[in-house]
Amino acid sequence: MLSYIIQRIIRVIPQLLLISILAFIIIQLPPGDIVTLQLQRLQASGVAVSEAQANALMRQYGMDKPMYQRYLLWISNIITKFDFGYSYTFEKPVGQVIMERMGYTFAIALASAIFTWVVAIPIGIFAAVKQYSLADYVITFLTFVGLAVPAFFLAMIIMYLALTKFGIRAGGLFSPEYMIQPWSWGKFVDLLKHVWLPIILLGTGGVAGTIRTMRAMMLDELRKPYVTVARAKGLSEFQVIMRYPVRLAINPIISGLMWLLPWLFSGGIILEIVLNLPTAGPALYAALRQQDMYMAGAYILITGALTAISAIFSDIMLAVSDPRIRFGGVEGA
Amino acid sequence: MSKKTAQKKQLGRQKRRQAQAGQEEEFYRAGQWQLVWWKFKRHKLAQMAMVVLAILYFIAIFAEFVSPHDPLRRFKQYLAYPPTAIHIRDTQGGFHTPFIYGVKMGRDPVTFRPVYQEDTSIIYPIGFFVHGDPYKFWGLFKSDIHLFGVSGGEDAMPLFILGTDTIGRDVLSRIFYGGRISLSVGLVGIAISFVLGLILGGISGFFGGVVDEIIQRIIEVITTLPTIPLWMALAAALPREWPQLRIYFATTLILSILGWTGLARSVRGRLLSMREEDFVLAARLDGESEAAIIARYMIPGFASYIIVSLTGSLPGMILGETSLSFLGIGLNPPTISWGVMLQDAQDIMNVAHYPWILWPVPVVVLAVLMFNFLGDGLRDAADPYVS
Repeated sequence: MLSYIIQRIIRVIPQLLLISILAFIIIQLPPGDIVTLQLQRLQASGVAVSEAQANALMRQYGMDKPMYQRYLLWISNIITKFDFGYSYTFEKPVGQVIMERMGYTFAIALASAIFTWVVAIPIGIFAAVKQYSLADYVITFLTFVGLAVPAFFLAMIIMYLALTKFGIRAGGLFSPEYMIQPWSWGKFVDLLKHVWLPIILLGTGGVAGTIRTMRAMMLDELRKPYVTVARAKGLSEFQVIMRYPVRLAINPIISGLMWLLPWLFSGGIILEIVLNLPTAGPALYAALRQQDMYMAGAYILITGALTAISAIFSDIMLAVSDPRIRFGGVEGA
Repeated sequence: MSKKTAQKKQLGRQKRRQAQAGQEEEFYRAGQWQLVWWKFKRHKLAQMAMVVLAILYFIAIFAEFVSPHDPLRRFKQYLAYPPTAIHIRDTQGGFHTPFIYGVKMGRDPVTFRPVYQEDTSIIYPIGFFVHGDPYKFWGLFKSDIHLFGVSGGEDAMPLFILGTDTIGRDVLSRIFYGGRISLSVGLVGIAISFVLGLILGGISGFFGGVVDEIIQRIIEVITTLPTIPLWMALAAALPREWPQLRIYFATTLILSILGWTGLARSVRGRLLSMREEDFVLAARLDGESEAAIIARYMIPGFASYIIVSLTGSLPGMILGETSLSFLGIGLNPPTISWGVMLQDAQDIMNVAHYPWILWPVPVVVLAVLMFNFLGDGLRDAADPYVS
């Protein structure tokens, strides 16, 4: 088992390296180098920049060095000083901007993951048990629609209805009066009043997908002979379903658990922008509109690395539950 | 029972048996694609989806003719005009072919927003093949005939079935034209994915070894990257001064950067498992070259899987284009796409006052839903030997 884990960790290192190279390429993509752009921006805003200052800036970003050395400078700053570069859109270091907001991103993603399972798993079981009933058809149809409607479309429609029918401006995480105040009980309650909407909306796609997986897995399991045996033993129908097929059918959802967080990172970003949440996604968007690429590089590096690392956890969890993987019989997922 | 009826019954039974045997024989004789088609025909939802998609693409192809107006024309006296009501009954209770009333414009005394009121004394019948805004069909033929609209020249009340946007352009015509971009982005995107996926997956599966290992690691990394942030970053890096057409192709390229990985994986998997099949061995013993084996025996063997994999990635690309353009970092005006149209809806106050600017939303959802249904039907049909 230990050797499997070590093997898996070694395998992730080249992956992380590749991700960081890709992120660096993205930073370098826009035409014109960053320092020149920055200088132009400073001059446009009326700040006089001396030759010496310009040269200092050039040196700081390693503009006088070849590309691979600039990459090494960038990545070593990240590893040693947690310095992802400077965002001129926010006039703060990129790392600081992301860290300030990542907490909300995590909290909302986690809450909507829980919402997804709590809603989707029972519905999936129900749809499978009542296969080909009217309810099953309705659920199947709704999951199709749920997968086809992006969350930000729903957000726009709900915001429209809230505004016209109730006169509420939905969106954001806090009412204006709590926006800049320190944490207090009142602010927390205010947060709860706002946060349910993004949680539910972010979860819709996941709910639809999870229902479909759960239903398909349950249908496979329900056909197996052990279910008949359980019935023959005289267990109640509820016990038959909950004690055996559900435990097996839930497996892919548990192994997909670690993939869910990065998925929520990616899928929620436009929703967060539409709802104007103080999370990391809208900050990325604001930076990108100004071609402020250090922010983009950092975001892709962080989320990519998180995904790669959570894939390790996911594989290890699979290995724990499946001895065939542990002993190298089959390739891990 | 008379002898005759008994004979008849006997005959009928024989015929049925023959027919059954014929059917069975037909089944065994049918080619792969015949079987796929039979199986697909049983999937009613997928067939319906195919019809709807055909209509959508037809509209997109013939947008100049089908749309009632020029999508870029600003009707200055009808800014943010609500969808026109179509009547078949006038105020006196008489029936007509569908028509619309003329309009009187006033101003709201408080907000100064324009208020439109129907003027029931004037009737404009809706007709087919009416003269309207001149256009150049596909940039080739000049014409001014539109499939439907209100005839009567410049003075007539124009027909706005879905209303106009904030600067007075007809929403329906823009949806029709927008389909050109929004529906083709996916097709061009999968064409690129197809080439990339087939070549890289083919190399990976056929050569194996170190090459395979490297390609697989690259695919692994690409799938780890968060899709939408990556799209956003790449799209934002496009130079702003590029012409629209180049931005369009760059966008499709960006969308397909992630799409090819799935195809490459399934091509590789199929190639690996097929290499061991008896018919490949037979072909090899027959003296066929490796290239011929791939082209003549292996590719037809998994062509159906390729199609399924490709249809599966279409909805994602359509949604991707819509999302990026909506955010203003993909395509931008004057290009018309469903996402670009929705840029107006970024301001929720616009939506509150003019909810009809959200019309592209149901259209996108319809297209995506239909592609999902089609993909589902194709997935079932792709493996015709499993019943």
